[in-house]
Amino acid sequence: MLAILFWEEDMRFKTFLLGGCSALMLASMANAETITIATVNNGDMIRMQKLADDFTTKNPDIQLNWVTLEENVLRERVTTDIATKGGQYDVMTIGTYEVPIWAKQQWLLPLDNLGADYDVADIIPAIAGGLSVDGKLYAAPFYGESSFVMYRKDLMEKAGLTMPDAPTWEFIGEAARKMTDRANDINGICLRGKAGWGENMAFLTAMSNSFGARWFDEEWKPQFDQPEWKNTLETYVKLMNDAGPQGASSNGFNENLALFQQGKCGMWIDATVAASFVSNPKDSTVADKVGYALAPDNGLGKRGNWLWAWSLAIPAGTQKADAAQKFVSWATDKAYLDLVASKEGWANVPPGTRTSLYENAEYQKAAPFAKMTLDSINSADPTKPTVKPVPYVGVQFVAIPEFQGLGTTVGQLFSAALAGQMSVDDALKQAQDAATSTMQEGGYIQ
Amino acid sequence: MARKISNRHKTVATIAAWLVAFLIFFPILYTIITSFKSETEAIAGFNLIPSWTLESYSEVQSQYNYFKPFMNSVIISIGSTILALIVAVPAAWAMAFTPTKRTKDVLMWMLSTKMMPAVAVLFPIYLIFRDLGLLDSRVGITVMLMLINLPIVIWMLYTYFREIPVEILEAARMDGAGLWQEIWHVLTPMAVPGIASTMLLNIILAWNEAFWTIRLTTTNAAPLTAFISAFSSPQGLFWAKLSAASTLAIAPILIMGWFSQRQLVRGLTFGAVK
Repeated sequence: MLAILFWEEDMRFKTFLLGGCSALMLASMANAETITIATVNNGDMIRMQKLADDFTTKNPDIQLNWVTLEENVLRERVTTDIATKGGQYDVMTIGTYEVPIWAKQQWLLPLDNLGADYDVADIIPAIAGGLSVDGKLYAAPFYGESSFVMYRKDLMEKAGLTMPDAPTWEFIGEAARKMTDRANDINGICLRGKAGWGENMAFLTAMSNSFGARWFDEEWKPQFDQPEWKNTLETYVKLMNDAGPQGASSNGFNENLALFQQGKCGMWIDATVAASFVSNPKDSTVADKVGYALAPDNGLGKRGNWLWAWSLAIPAGTQKADAAQKFVSWATDKAYLDLVASKEGWANVPPGTRTSLYENAEYQKAAPFAKMTLDSINSADPTKPTVKPVPYVGVQFVAIPEFQGLGTTVGQLFSAALAGQMSVDDALKQAQDAATSTMQEGGYIQ
Repeated sequence: MARKISNRHKTVATIAAWLVAFLIFFPILYTIITSFKSETEAIAGFNLIPSWTLESYSEVQSQYNYFKPFMNSVIISIGSTILALIVAVPAAWAMAFTPTKRTKDVLMWMLSTKMMPAVAVLFPIYLIFRDLGLLDSRVGITVMLMLINLPIVIWMLYTYFREIPVEILEAARMDGAGLWQEIWHVLTPMAVPGIASTMLLNIILAWNEAFWTIRLTTTNAAPLTAFISAFSSPQGLFWAKLSAASTLAIAPILIMGWFSQRQLVRGLTFGAVK
């Protein structure tokens, strides 16, 4: 009887405790600040959403709303919102192209309150440089990438060649032609051809840097009429005609990824983040046959690799800056990498942002392409992207507002040259005219 | 005198109609087939036989809760249609039965607003929504969809109302019917097929509208169009997942269209053949 009484007392106490806790939880949720995060749909971002409980548990006064959009729609939406101070987002996922432009417009808050434990010095210097203006960090990198050569070791061996760690364009051309086996549907090389400033122009601008070309001279005069650009485009078109896949002018990252995974490419020069896809045996038929090398050069001191980071930034119009900074700090700190590693393994940790990751033996073991990725990132310099001096920042883009439109126009011309719809000379002449007109309208030149 | 059509002609015409119908439906069919493929299969090339995996549906559901955008789509499309009818029925009545010499111009002007690219007014509309606090609200997007579909609704109703003999309305007036009674008790019952098909078409248009629904909503009011948009990926294969999301998004409206096809066709061809 007494036991029952005690049991009842105990239950009453537990019920009281449970009720109290629930009330407290409800009260804290009622007072919780909700921040809205705009992001793109890729594996690392989706993983972050799944792991976000860790953040809300540590910060019960902050709730998270996610908006995931297609890359171009996201870019358009966040630009509209930030330009009109719409206040729809508290954290935005933006790239290295937007950060310097938006920071100069004072559309972004400087990230100077990321917490005492946040290790800013650990961010890879090349990435931090691309996200800073006047020494202030305006976006924290979530994952970073460069570009490099992914190649089939078996096909390279069959061609009687050995891929050096740092190949030249001459070697790449020779290897691509030797590896091509049209009868067996093997293309020596797969490169981007789909028109767009972030598609073929990302690759071609990075490639042109290694040929000594530049978009503009120090006086903002377009340079498509110079021999360096002609050399770049002729090399690209000829190489793709000799050793590229059919319909290459429609191929972007995803199309080339599918071709490589199906064993139809001898080499593929593209984002370092692709390494985790092509080496994943679940999706790739050639997972155990892939080797990696730095992007090619032409002996001029610059390689044809780019630099990009999807980063988290806070719009100046937000009313929830403190909560937003807390979230950015959580998502981009070293502790987040440990969290991903503990839940999903080191191979799934977002790459390319922190030096300490590349010193981690477990990561090096899980990601055989780690060293090559870091070397590629470190060799790209957004402030000195090419051989000659330039007035702009950006390796595979020019960080000016006019570039999105101009880059896509030039991309369409170069894609047409690849498809054989116009000659290289005509494409370059029209690119020069388009660039001159854009720069005149923008007031850069008379 | 009606022209005689031979059986052979009938067969040829039927085959041609089925062929055209199949061609129109094929992209939807292929989307549904692709949704049952793995990502590698989806990008491998043209193939009509999937491996019938439900992996993409499972991933889509694990990433996002389908129910919330679905309910938003239902509320927004039905709400905007009801609002449009409330405004459009009296407007179409006025233009059909008491036309002035400017009626045709007004109708043309209304239609011309549909010819302007939506992006041209994105910034002004965005600023208005911001100032009125309507961004990411169901009320805001419902009113927006009502406004953009209103010209079509008025045009359709106007066409149907014109087919109703004006003498019937005059007879009602002589019997002492007021304006509201005339519209509600005489005109509306006679125009039910037209109103029903206009309603169905407007629901379909509002359900599928992607420009404004993606740009004026974020989380609270985001409908299925925003849900689909979330599955396109810049780096990584996504065709099967995107197809699964699209199939989930179009399924309700496809089923609704299937069950109401008789009314829809009757309404759309109303007055076309005399």
